[in-house]
Amino acid sequence: MIETELSRCVQAFMPGASGVSGAAKLSGGASQETWRFDIVHPDGDVGAILRRSPKGYGAAPGRAAGLDNEAVLMRLAYAAGVPSPEVLHVLTPADDLGTGFIMRRVEGETIARKILRDADYAEARPRLARQLGGIAGRIHGIARDALPDLRKMTSTKEIAEIAREYHSFDWPRPVFDLALRWLSQNDPGPSAEVTLVHGDFRNGNLIIGPDGVRAVLDWELAHLGDPMEDLGWICVNSWRFGEIDRPVGGFGAREELFAGYEAAGREVDPDRVMFWEVMGTLRWGVMCCGMMQRFRAGPDHSMERAMIGRRASETEIDLLRLLAPRGA
Amino acid sequence: MQDEPTPTELVKAVADFLRNDIAPLLSGHQAFKLRVGINALDLVVRQLTQAAPAEAAEQVRLKEMLGEDGALLELNRVLASRIADGSVGLETAGLKEHLWQTTLDKLAVDQPNYASYKREAGRGRDDA
Repeated sequence: MIETELSRCVQAFMPGASGVSGAAKLSGGASQETWRFDIVHPDGDVGAILRRSPKGYGAAPGRAAGLDNEAVLMRLAYAAGVPSPEVLHVLTPADDLGTGFIMRRVEGETIARKILRDADYAEARPRLARQLGGIAGRIHGIARDALPDLRKMTSTKEIAEIAREYHSFDWPRPVFDLALRWLSQNDPGPSAEVTLVHGDFRNGNLIIGPDGVRAVLDWELAHLGDPMEDLGWICVNSWRFGEIDRPVGGFGAREELFAGYEAAGREVDPDRVMFWEVMGTLRWGVMCCGMMQRFRAGPDHSMERAMIGRRASETEIDLLRLLAPRGA
Repeated sequence: MQDEPTPTELVKAVADFLRNDIAPLLSGHQAFKLRVGINALDLVVRQLTQAAPAEAAEQVRLKEMLGEDGALLELNRVLASRIADGSVGLETAGLKEHLWQTTLDKLAVDQPNYASYKREAGRGRDDA
């Protein structure tokens, strides 16, 4: 039972803690798990989250930054004023819990449809696009020399990786070829400034409260690269959940995102943002196809995976809207 | 020849049973999974009833545009490779209209509630 190891662990790093209660697994694949639990403490219980690779799953898959790096990045982001859960403890071998870290639990909503529709968030919604611009600006402003060792990514490398993955499926999708051709011909090349890029800055990885953004989560895809990538990714139509005329996550206009970014003392290159929006749309489409491949290969023969495979066509219509709009 | 009812009728009957009689009994993760399952059955019904005419029209367009004959998958392979090598592009007569029509036909089966689809399907074909 994980509570035994967790109890020993919290007693070792938090003075006064007597144990844990209510441990429950929130999500988990084979290589990464998320657990929620409460640290029992005489001054009041502390809500906590464990993010870990269980024992025997030490190696991070392909693009992942690694859990130790995620903990370092979250601490840097917290220090830079990015809404971020406080990292309480990075697991050591003595904890006997695998690799990963424990953070303070942040209450709020991550489900985009609720954030976009529920009355609780009505006051926050019109402010979110600008707020996200400011947050992205602070992420990109973190000093390079403070960063851990991260994967370096350029637009040219990303095009090649997506093309390779698409071709590995051996299922022709002419719209994807059109997008790949456009990306190659409009590749802006290496950006003048290379910064920390969150890599998955979008609805679903944000905890939102009635007061606005409370935390940016999931630094698994963080890397060094073109800061405009994060601004393009959050504009991908797939994260607008029906609010297609509000490009920034269904919350607001690109101009609001850009204004927040510039207010954080940074410059926007709208052409690069557009390039990364096209790239992001294609990337999500290729990820949907990958879900279908994993569904077919098993062993996780789940309906959800199968049905996500059938969502690749959503990105085809979005790519056509971007690259070959009708009536134009 | 197989007997009746047809696959469409059978799948539709199962989907309706799950939607009307079983869904109200469930909550939480099981309810979510059931909804995904019902969506899958609805998709199958749409594919069984709508895909054949759409794919026949797609094949006719591809034959004409590529000047080649073959199975739908093969013709799509040819189109994909010609777009990739640049010999066919948005300036090619018929390509844009073909990609739009093919994509709209796919979305009508896959995800007719997707907002981009609803917007574009409502525009009609004339301004393609």
